[in-house]
Amino acid sequence: MTRLRILLVAALLAWPLPALSVQPDEILDDPVLESRARNLSAGLRCLVCRNESIDESNADLARDMRLLVRERLVEGDSDAEVLTFITDRYGEYVLLRPTTEGVNIILWVAAPALFGITLISSLIYLRRRDRAPDPTGDGLTPEERKRLEDLLKE
Amino acid sequence: MIVELGHFALILAFAVALAQAVIPMLGAHKGWRDWMVVANPLASLQFALVAFSYAALTYAFLVSDFSVKLVVDNSHTLKPLIYKISGVWGNHEGSMLLWVLTLTLFGACAAWFGGNLPASLQARVLAVQSAITAAFMAFTIFTSNPFTRLAFPPFDGTDLNPLLQDPGLAFHPPFLYLGYVGLSMSFSFAVAALIEGRVDAAWGRWVRPWTLAAWVFLTIGIATGSWWAYYELGWGGFWFWDPVENASLMPWLFAAALLHSAIVVEKRETLKSWTILLAILGFGFSLMGTFIVRSGLLTSVHAFAMDPERGVFILMILAAFMGGALTLFAFRAPILEAKGVFATISRESALVVNNVLLSVSSFVIFIGTMWPLVAEMLFDRVLTVGPPFFNTAWTPFMVALAMVLPIGSMLPWKRANLSRAMQPLWGLAVFSVAMGAVTWALQTGHSPMVPIGIALGLWVVLGASADLWMRTGRGALGNRLRRLARLPRADWGKASAHAGVGISVFAVAALLGWETEDIRVVQIGGTYYYGGYDLTLASVDRVQGPNYTSTMATIEAHREGRHITTLFPEKRFYPIAGMPTTQAAIDRSITRDLYITLGDPQDSGGWAVRTYIKPFANWLWFGCFMMALGGVLSLSDRRYRIAAGAARKSGPNSAVPAE
Repeated sequence: MTRLRILLVAALLAWPLPALSVQPDEILDDPVLESRARNLSAGLRCLVCRNESIDESNADLARDMRLLVRERLVEGDSDAEVLTFITDRYGEYVLLRPTTEGVNIILWVAAPALFGITLISSLIYLRRRDRAPDPTGDGLTPEERKRLEDLLKE
Repeated sequence: MIVELGHFALILAFAVALAQAVIPMLGAHKGWRDWMVVANPLASLQFALVAFSYAALTYAFLVSDFSVKLVVDNSHTLKPLIYKISGVWGNHEGSMLLWVLTLTLFGACAAWFGGNLPASLQARVLAVQSAITAAFMAFTIFTSNPFTRLAFPPFDGTDLNPLLQDPGLAFHPPFLYLGYVGLSMSFSFAVAALIEGRVDAAWGRWVRPWTLAAWVFLTIGIATGSWWAYYELGWGGFWFWDPVENASLMPWLFAAALLHSAIVVEKRETLKSWTILLAILGFGFSLMGTFIVRSGLLTSVHAFAMDPERGVFILMILAAFMGGALTLFAFRAPILEAKGVFATISRESALVVNNVLLSVSSFVIFIGTMWPLVAEMLFDRVLTVGPPFFNTAWTPFMVALAMVLPIGSMLPWKRANLSRAMQPLWGLAVFSVAMGAVTWALQTGHSPMVPIGIALGLWVVLGASADLWMRTGRGALGNRLRRLARLPRADWGKASAHAGVGISVFAVAALLGWETEDIRVVQIGGTYYYGGYDLTLASVDRVQGPNYTSTMATIEAHREGRHITTLFPEKRFYPIAGMPTTQAAIDRSITRDLYITLGDPQDSGGWAVRTYIKPFANWLWFGCFMMALGGVLSLSDRRYRIAAGAARKSGPNSAVPAE
């Protein structure tokens, strides 16, 4: 929890610093590497910002991380290797796309599981409604039927 | 003095709210008519007192009364008038007062326009609503009092957060609150009906306008927030999956589900307990949203009250109301027997599918938003759930929704024949898919996103038009056109809202899939070519605003030698708040936005400039507008005005509990 609190304080101090996020001098000459770098940095969280990726953030730390990503790519790392490199240093917290390891599997399975359960239970409900006899035939309560008869007599 | 009067009025209103929460409820229980009807004047009185209190706070902002702490923290004498007014709700304490004001406004509306409700139901609705109001008044008075005075007033204030000094954001919070709080009305109706033990078609008809109004306000609130983010944050994003945005999207999805299932209650008297549950959950999620924003438990771009004590207070309100309502639901739901019978293939079933998709998709957002908290507290893992997760886990639900929407809205009630309902739709489906395929073949790149977006968008829009056209019956073209003009507004509302969904789906896909971006250094006087435009950086000047200084670039855009427009991207600095902001310059058009932001001066001379071409961006706001318009049209339908007489006939006699 203390770690989170430090991050919160850091976030308060460091946001926002509008200017350009990706600076012209950061851009790699090789367009293929550059687009890979952009893709990777869109998936990495800026540590001192509130919920921004390093690709969107203007913080200095985000710039350092962008440069680090590009450095690794120029050295010939694959995308996966870059991500491992970054998470080894900054922790799982930087990954905007949570991993599927350990308890995170609950997070990923929750949506399809919940959908399956509700779909099946509503199908069962619908089948039952389909077979259920109409409770009164015309859907009127006894008082309503009496009122209807009175009205018809008038 | 006026500030003290405002403070006093708020405390008085709190006392009135407590009385209104108890007396009518007891009266309804015992059958004492005079105790029940006292709710109406009390609701009006409450609203008048809070309105006065709010006006007093606004007055303090207008005259820049710097002996009030809130004004010092959020205002400045140089601030433009409109932001002095919007500054009242641009902070935690003031926004809570606005929240309370909206609660009492809705309560008063239920008193003023609820004359056709059975007396005991109206008394109970007003009592429940007042209990909610009392809880939030206590929160405001005891933990976040906007009227706190300072012993030593400073000469000037510290100014409002510059990001909030913007017309888009000035009106974003009030609409959002009207939406959040509007759902409290549906909640009050649901709880009152549970206590009453009776949910019938009339209940469905009463609860639907409130839900519809809340949904329209939420739609406008979310859309203005997203529109603001698009031009203010400097890179043209419109949705960030930020916890606070999620907090508004979750109740929006629930409200959408609720207003559809309330139709089933109204027309077919079935799905009753499910509708009640949705009404409870819808408001539950808007309380959850308040909790997320105010507690600062989740790091977010918006959080403006990082205070655990307030968080705990709201959590207690949430626990009390949700716990109470759900317990009541567990005891009472079984007696809400369904009346209408329907086949598996029918409009009712289609609306069940709609409800399943909307509410499960809302839960997915909930799980994703809360997961970092759960993972840290229970499993000691500090992690992030960001946009990639939500895009992957949530989007399929919306795709599925768009796919079934046109079919479901064409199915007849009770018993449907799928192949007959599909008859007018087959052609449209084939055409939409074909257009998607053509786009896929013509576009550069292989991303299927935009083709799918086009196919789905067309399918939904054409489906909505076909639905409207089929309502005109058979016969000659002229007759059908005449009938089209005379269709009930609810039909037009339905078509407009559904078409809005289709347009938004298309716009989001096109914007995300086809957007292009360029970052470069431009010398003053230099020209660069991008996306079909010759862009010249004519000059960069220093400009003095009312309470900021600005670095403003002048960029001339030409296309094939013809002058298109002049753009002025800015970087502003607010010296009092000590904060810089970016103002993007946008040339808007139907097919694309040309979006330019100015960066820093470079050591090598020249300025960093970022240029985006954002295709069909305006269609997104237009889609949201169509959805909101649909809601308004439906709300103005004749049915809600003539329903008054119909309900009065079955009024007091039928209000006997069902047990």
